[in-house]
Amino acid sequence: MIYLDHNATTSLHPRVFRAMEPYLKERFGNASSNYQTGREAKTALEHSRATVADCIGAGPQETIFTSGGTESDNCAVRGVARALREKGDHIITSTIEHHAVLKTCQVLEKEGFRVTYLPVNSDGRVDPEDVRRYIVRKTILISIMYANNETGVIQPIREIGAIAREKNIVFHTDAVQAVGKIPFAVNDLGVDLLSISGHKIYGPKGIGALYVRKGIPLQPIMTGGHHEYNLRAGTENIPSIAGLAQAMSMATQNLNAASDKLSALRQRLESGILNRIDDVQINGLQAPRLPNTSSVSFRLIEGESILLHLDLRGICVSTGSACTTDSPEPSHVLTAMGIPPQTAQGTIRFSLGEDNTKEEIDAVIDVLCDITTRLRNISSLAGK
Amino acid sequence: MMKSKSDNWKDLYKNSPEEEPPLPEGPILFYNEIVIDHFTNPRNVGEMTDADGYALVGDPSCGDQMKLWIKVSDGIISDIRFKSFGCPGAIATSSMTTLLAIGKTTETAKRITDDDVVLALEGIPENKRHCSLMGVNALLAAIEDYEKRSDKESIDRRGHIKS
Repeated sequence: MIYLDHNATTSLHPRVFRAMEPYLKERFGNASSNYQTGREAKTALEHSRATVADCIGAGPQETIFTSGGTESDNCAVRGVARALREKGDHIITSTIEHHAVLKTCQVLEKEGFRVTYLPVNSDGRVDPEDVRRYIVRKTILISIMYANNETGVIQPIREIGAIAREKNIVFHTDAVQAVGKIPFAVNDLGVDLLSISGHKIYGPKGIGALYVRKGIPLQPIMTGGHHEYNLRAGTENIPSIAGLAQAMSMATQNLNAASDKLSALRQRLESGILNRIDDVQINGLQAPRLPNTSSVSFRLIEGESILLHLDLRGICVSTGSACTTDSPEPSHVLTAMGIPPQTAQGTIRFSLGEDNTKEEIDAVIDVLCDITTRLRNISSLAGK
Repeated sequence: MMKSKSDNWKDLYKNSPEEEPPLPEGPILFYNEIVIDHFTNPRNVGEMTDADGYALVGDPSCGDQMKLWIKVSDGIISDIRFKSFGCPGAIATSSMTTLLAIGKTTETAKRITDDDVVLALEGIPENKRHCSLMGVNALLAAIEDYEKRSDKESIDRRGHIKS
């Protein structure tokens, strides 16, 4: 199997597994319990919190654990909106956010909030000046993702952070795809909340974290016990929290070397595709991108057919869109970039990881040449 | 269920389970081998320059698109060709549609339904059911095109409108 879908999920690193194992077995205690195994759990929880906080330049009191990126986004967007309801009712986000943010904003609209969805340019980037332009007196929250999951395009978070500071508006960023792929510190970015997910960085699924700057008002969406500084009730998932800490610390330490390796592999993939296959385009090419992500549109053919052909040869990728009755529309991200629906439909996302090799990339290019020829031979759009 | 050798949890951690429990019955989630076969080796792909009937269905800007050509001799579909911009479900169902139609009279072929196509493929995932409509619709449209053309021919030959 050649796995090129690391933005979807990653395998669990063996060292992460080892960090989790004791808490799945003999150290099963509840971190709230006051005896030996409970104290072991509490120790793991607080040491993990310190590690995760340190990786993003935050304080431990500013870092809470959640069930994943989606919950972190929900916590941040809903939590701030509801906490600041008295102050204002306007939220600024973008059209290319993950659905965890987009759908949450849509729900808030039904609750009476007003939401501005900022456009992006043809390279998939938000213009910070647009953020400034749409701020009104009642704006209480700005939520813009750090790096897009489909294209890998990195958003101008520092610039937007500076504007948010200047206007004294709470700023959240979904950094699920950025963590472990580009270096950053929360103070340098000027963000007030930041979402993290475990399974994108060789950690376990079902665990995430949310950075909440000291003093930022947040109404919890999960109510119950006094866990996580009263911001997220529920018995802590200690095995996964220990795994997330291990994954975060490894991702941060190896970042530069990993980034160089990934960029080189992606360069190999993209030049191979551009040199050997006609009628292709790489989306977001002119913008700064994550080193591992490549969104490629193969014109005149359909993405799911490319995906299945690749799958039949043991290659895992994803499409920008899926032809199902549930969601027949092409990707909202590619559409927002002005890519015609027909081209968007032929788009494949390759997302590379630390376990990929040059040989794998070369093999994938060969297979792609064959698949595109075959599908174009039967395509009703391809001229004779 | 197989009885474990030990009930001690610490021992159970060390031993891997003897057998994996079977998966429960459920809906069709993925393409079966027949569908995959028609997707990877679609039958009757191509174009026709001397077709008796032709249809273009679908809209690539919002989904799939398909072109279909038929050749009719003595009221029987003697040859059929298609091309498709579509997902695996669309390609496989179109391919199967051509197999069901070839050798049949146009009247019989008109009665082929999407259910017939799905049955011939021995099932397709529920969220792909809509794909099977395209091939059937294209076939019907191509037959109607053929009928329109033959009507026109009879008008031309007889010099008056056929009743």
